[in-house]
Amino acid sequence: MRLVLEKRDNKSQSMAIIVPVASFIISLVLGAIVLAVSNANPLAAYKAMVTGAFGNMRRLQYTLVEAMPLLMCGLGVGIAFRLKFWNIGAEGQYVWGAIGITWVMQFWTFIPTPMLLPIGLVVGMLLGAIWAGIPGFLKAQWSVDETLTTLMLNYVAIGLAEYLYISKWKAPLGNMGTPEFLPQTWLPQIWGKVHWGVYIALSLVVLLWFLLYKTRWGFELNMIGKNPRAARCQGVSIKRNIILAMLLSGAICGLSGSMNTAAIAHRLTKGVNANYGFTGIIIAWMANLNPFASILVAIVMAALTTGADALQITLKLPEAMGEVLQGLVLIPLLAGSIFTEYRLRAIHKEAI
Amino acid sequence: MDFITKLLAATIAMGTSLTYATLGEIYTEKSGVLNLGMEGTMLMGALTAFATGFLTGNLWFALAVAMLTGGLLSLIHAFLTITMRANQVVCGLAITMFGTGLANFLGKRLGPASNNFNLVGMNLPDTFGNIAIPGLHSIPIIGAFFDVSVLTYALYLVIPFAWFFMYKTKYGLAIRAVGEAPRTAAAMGIQVSQVRYLYTIIGGMFAGLGGACLSLSFTPSWNDGMTGGKGWIVIALVIFSGWNPGKAVLGTLVFGGITSLQFSLQAAGIKMVIPTQFLAFAPYLITLVTLTIMNIANQTRKGAFASPSALGSSFAIDDK
Repeated sequence: MRLVLEKRDNKSQSMAIIVPVASFIISLVLGAIVLAVSNANPLAAYKAMVTGAFGNMRRLQYTLVEAMPLLMCGLGVGIAFRLKFWNIGAEGQYVWGAIGITWVMQFWTFIPTPMLLPIGLVVGMLLGAIWAGIPGFLKAQWSVDETLTTLMLNYVAIGLAEYLYISKWKAPLGNMGTPEFLPQTWLPQIWGKVHWGVYIALSLVVLLWFLLYKTRWGFELNMIGKNPRAARCQGVSIKRNIILAMLLSGAICGLSGSMNTAAIAHRLTKGVNANYGFTGIIIAWMANLNPFASILVAIVMAALTTGADALQITLKLPEAMGEVLQGLVLIPLLAGSIFTEYRLRAIHKEAI
Repeated sequence: MDFITKLLAATIAMGTSLTYATLGEIYTEKSGVLNLGMEGTMLMGALTAFATGFLTGNLWFALAVAMLTGGLLSLIHAFLTITMRANQVVCGLAITMFGTGLANFLGKRLGPASNNFNLVGMNLPDTFGNIAIPGLHSIPIIGAFFDVSVLTYALYLVIPFAWFFMYKTKYGLAIRAVGEAPRTAAAMGIQVSQVRYLYTIIGGMFAGLGGACLSLSFTPSWNDGMTGGKGWIVIALVIFSGWNPGKAVLGTLVFGGITSLQFSLQAAGIKMVIPTQFLAFAPYLITLVTLTIMNIANQTRKGAFASPSALGSSFAIDDK
């Protein structure tokens, strides 16, 4: 007898729920092993992480604030992923968003102060879109591999941002970072640390859900991703859609960057590349490109980060544990994802 | 003259780590597996090498542990992408996330109690220092090639061997067949999955070795995230070298040179016209342009520049 993988006729609905839940449990067990091996009590550590992420209002707010840029990057890359276009350039597009709003705040002083914030957000969005449009164009025009181009462009964007805050746009005082934005241009807070970005992120979720599931364009994107040949026969332009999807994808990642900069750092400085873009890719994939599911996944990923911060404070364990767990959550999930499309079947020798 | 020799020496020292990892990734990608986990794998290699060297004092043992660690991390990648047919991009990112996190975590747990279990700030009892070859090392400029660590001397043999193995042996042919046309390779009787497993693991071992070069020789120490993006440069270098192990060294010399130039000019007190950050991202920009030119050239005439055709896609013999 041997085991073979057999393609299912339809994606399994029950597996789509069992696999993530089982994966999460397995990853907690794996994480417990890492903790135990390094002389820490896993139960105490997990308890500290849960308390650190959700234990009181302040921690909960902190987790939500962390989840917002993650959610938006996840939504952004998710659009490109529908066409099987591997935009792993969210990090760079996010950074361009931050550069964009800083540019407006610092140099567009000729516009009325109340207008700085909305215009800054939009400029960040546009720069993110342009940055994402480059690999989109290269792919559409010369079929240049997008995984590699988007990856390379991340580091160009990060380098440029570094140049700007270390030398070109540096504030006269201090050794790193641009001058702080005027306080009246900051993104307003609505509940403790939780800021206006919540409205932006949630309306994007609804908007994208509508666009992707209820409109003709959303249908076209899905068709290109699932069966490009059929799409072409239907007269759907793949080139045009690649570029459009990338522009939208980059716009949302860019907005994530400009929003978060206006809300948290209030300037361009070290730490602008906080891996939101890379984690966003993971979020889009884990949420199976569903905007609503992305909310939950983003909160879980954010909680691993904020929980790990608490781990450092209460148990003196390195906060890198958060990243270990983020990686560990993924590994069983990646291994298990096959079971939604395939099933294991035992084949007896004589049956062959 | 002295400046050029110094620059070259710095380039070679920095390039050694990059070259090992690049050779590894070339082999992995040639077999059709994209491993974006290089950054995490190299960092784990750097950490395990340093920790082993620190605890045992045996550098060769430290190298072996780093290679074993790199191989194990890549085994995870191989299992997920080959057996479980998971997405290679997401898997690679997961490996980088996990590897980076674990290395930074262990770096703060494996140190001596007197240093709060931290490895940062600790020194190795012994390191791979430079060994000068009498006579040869005093030749202007190229003398820089003869005053290097044993890890670099080993490369002088590994690079030609890696090229020979890929293009002149039946094993190399099998790798290329599996990466270009897995279905045909399978029909010829090559075990596609086995070949991919093997070279993904070997790629990881080389990445671990590359990481070890950093923490045992180039900057003998441990620091959080000490690879500082070298794993991503490796991905760029693989493209830049056109997936050819023989050309990998040219890429590392150019990229390593650009990076070392920043420090050499600063050290020589020469005022830079180009900001250092621009030099830092130049490798990525050069790669982007190279990749685009390759693609344009491939569209006008069938060139030999292309990436392995099956790169990034999973393969199952029973798939329709």
